Amino acid sequence: MTPFISLPKIKQDWLGNVRGDLLAGIVVALALIPEAIAFSIIAGVDPKVGLYASFCIAVVISFVGGRPGMISAATGAMALLMVTLVKDHGLQYLLVATLLTGVFQILAGVLRVGSVMRFVSRSVMTGFVNALAILIFMAQLPEFKGAGVTVYAMVAAGLAIIYILPRFTKAVPSPLVTIIVLTVVAIVFKLDVRHVGDLGELPSSLPIFLWPQVPWNLETLRIVLPYSLGLAAVGLLESLLTAQIVDDMTDTPSSKNRECTGQGVANIVSGLFGGMAGCAMIGQSVINVKSGGRGRLSTFVAGVFLLVLLVVLGPWVKQIPMPALVAVMIMVSIGTFSWASIKNLRTHPKSTSFVMIATVIVVVGTHNLALGVGVGVLLSALSFARKVAQVIRVRSELDASAECRTYFVQGQIFFASAGTFVAAFDFKEALAKVRIDVSHAHFWDLTAVGALDKVVLKFRREGAEVEILGLNKASATIVDKLAVHDKPGALDRLLEH
Amino acid sequence: MPTILACTDGSVFAPSVYQHAAWAALRLSAGVEVLHVINHHREQSATHDLSGAIGFDASTELTEELTRLEEAQGRVARLKGTALLEEARKQLAAAGVNAVTLTQRHGTLLETLEELEPRAELVVVGKSGEQTVLAEGQVGGHLENLIRISVRPVLVAERRFKPIQRFLIAFDNSPSARKSVTYAAASPLLQGLECHLVMVGRTDAAHEAALNEAREQLAQAGYAVTAKLLPGKAAPVIADQVKSANIDLLVMGAYGHSQIREFFVGSTTTKMVRTCPVPVLMFR
Repeated sequence: MTPFISLPKIKQDWLGNVRGDLLAGIVVALALIPEAIAFSIIAGVDPKVGLYASFCIAVVISFVGGRPGMISAATGAMALLMVTLVKDHGLQYLLVATLLTGVFQILAGVLRVGSVMRFVSRSVMTGFVNALAILIFMAQLPEFKGAGVTVYAMVAAGLAIIYILPRFTKAVPSPLVTIIVLTVVAIVFKLDVRHVGDLGELPSSLPIFLWPQVPWNLETLRIVLPYSLGLAAVGLLESLLTAQIVDDMTDTPSSKNRECTGQGVANIVSGLFGGMAGCAMIGQSVINVKSGGRGRLSTFVAGVFLLVLLVVLGPWVKQIPMPALVAVMIMVSIGTFSWASIKNLRTHPKSTSFVMIATVIVVVGTHNLALGVGVGVLLSALSFARKVAQVIRVRSELDASAECRTYFVQGQIFFASAGTFVAAFDFKEALAKVRIDVSHAHFWDLTAVGALDKVVLKFRREGAEVEILGLNKASATIVDKLAVHDKPGALDRLLEH
Repeated sequence: MPTILACTDGSVFAPSVYQHAAWAALRLSAGVEVLHVINHHREQSATHDLSGAIGFDASTELTEELTRLEEAQGRVARLKGTALLEEARKQLAAAGVNAVTLTQRHGTLLETLEELEPRAELVVVGKSGEQTVLAEGQVGGHLENLIRISVRPVLVAERRFKPIQRFLIAFDNSPSARKSVTYAAASPLLQGLECHLVMVGRTDAAHEAALNEAREQLAQAGYAVTAKLLPGKAAPVIADQVKSANIDLLVMGAYGHSQIREFFVGSTTTKMVRTCPVPVLMFR
């Protein structure tokens, strides 16, 4: 099925579910505020940077994204990658890095990198979401450092409201109730806790177009390039992973490459309006779908309503106590974590659990989701190679004259199984003729071809005539291109290797 | 054996769609494939939980909950569709068509048609469907999009089937209109019927030449053609002719302009389908 862009499709994406999208968008906007503030704090910038980013990214992606109903904004995964850049060079360089991130992501979309996602196995995905959840949770810990019992009590009360209220009513967002109740309590009892207003500037107006104030030279590029590459990779990973999750939840398709390009465009716009880089958010997208959001309208409403709330309620947002935000973020981290994966550790194959845990450890150790996924992909590829290498069987028959033995080879022969393949032959046996029937085998690479050569040459040196039967087409092409045994001077050339 | 694809959704148009399909099948000595598309409307949400809280394994839980909700709906829709298709088989048999295949697919009508249409000779649909408010003269929103993607001629059924004796070709010398003339000349579908050829526009040499050429083509195919070149606006003039000449079937090329233009200006095609109370055979 080709995802064609046409008026009816656009209409369906935007107006197919108006009531659900409006309500869900509002619920998401309310949940986005604490997240955007919390992630700004992680990155070390004013809350307004994260809030402007969330507004810009949500609104832009609703038009240019490839997955209707998915929520993108400022995210923790991205914020974690910016910490040192902001600390060492400041906000302006972060804005440049955001622009460059967008350029890389657009390139990725044009080059159709979306399809590369199929190399990311399920275990790596699970490792990714678990690591993300752990990082979001860990980012809340500084709020508890040296804090009194008030902070603990407020967070506990907040979590209690978030999880218990929905048992009574599903008509109001419980995180919002948490924030309102805790804010009122903090004001009425004049509690001594930190407030959002203490952490930096909040937006008081619409974002304005601003070209980043940096020297536009190679030195600047050298500083931001490594950050931009990491941001682009992590942003695409989380976005494509989230798109897949939303696809599965809603049973509808999405365009992965359009999503890549869309993320790029959204980040460029964000950077130009003073926002940080962002990507799709797993937790928020789940909240959106759960609240009944399906179309592009839900993402658009989330972005616009977020800004309206801030501009209208600005003075009140300042009063939100930090423990309220911490409670909401703990909820997000709990909702993002795959708890089933812990239960599955016992039943799933050890190799897949190992890949998952390795991914988590690398991410938590480096605070870089891209590195963790890289390691995870590598490990799952190795584990796959190890498993497939076991799919090989060699048996043999001696003919009546005891002069000729036929070996039957079955299975996949490549770098990981070449050793097993060679070891299966008995070179000590004195024979006039050896037949090797490989009609049920596949030779995949140079190592496999070299192994077959080696076997043939070894038998030949023992004085046996060697015949190879049934090289199937897949094997034949690679053997024809690479092998030396059927050419003059074969031995010399093999020894050169 | 060629097939005619009859799209049904169980609306009041369904019996008429089967009768039109049967009429075409008997004239073309074709079989009929009855298509019922189950659209689950996944663009609309099944849940409205505004609590905004996500707990353990949030996405897995939600996927399971949505699957549970949609599973029951899906089963009912499938059973309803099966019953509907069986009814279609009965009605087609009563109309004399026995080579009937029944097809049920999930998805939207448009994407399913794109998939299945190439194997059909002709597509039959109702003027409006289940989703449409059935005010008299209302045209289904799907129809325009459907005809736009169609590579085959589309026969748009009126609410009630009337035996077809006279057809009128609304001719504007566009490529799709010329296609309709060529089809009428070559296909056994309309052979032997009374043929009216009407062009709306100024009386000038170019128009007359085009009209004459079309008439010639039809006359050579054995039709007794009544050709007219009339001044005025296309939609009302054609509607008038359909009424006064007691026409049973309107044949026309469809949607000559870009989607954007028609979005703002409105299209003559849609207007004609709406104003003429007869089935329409459309070519794109």
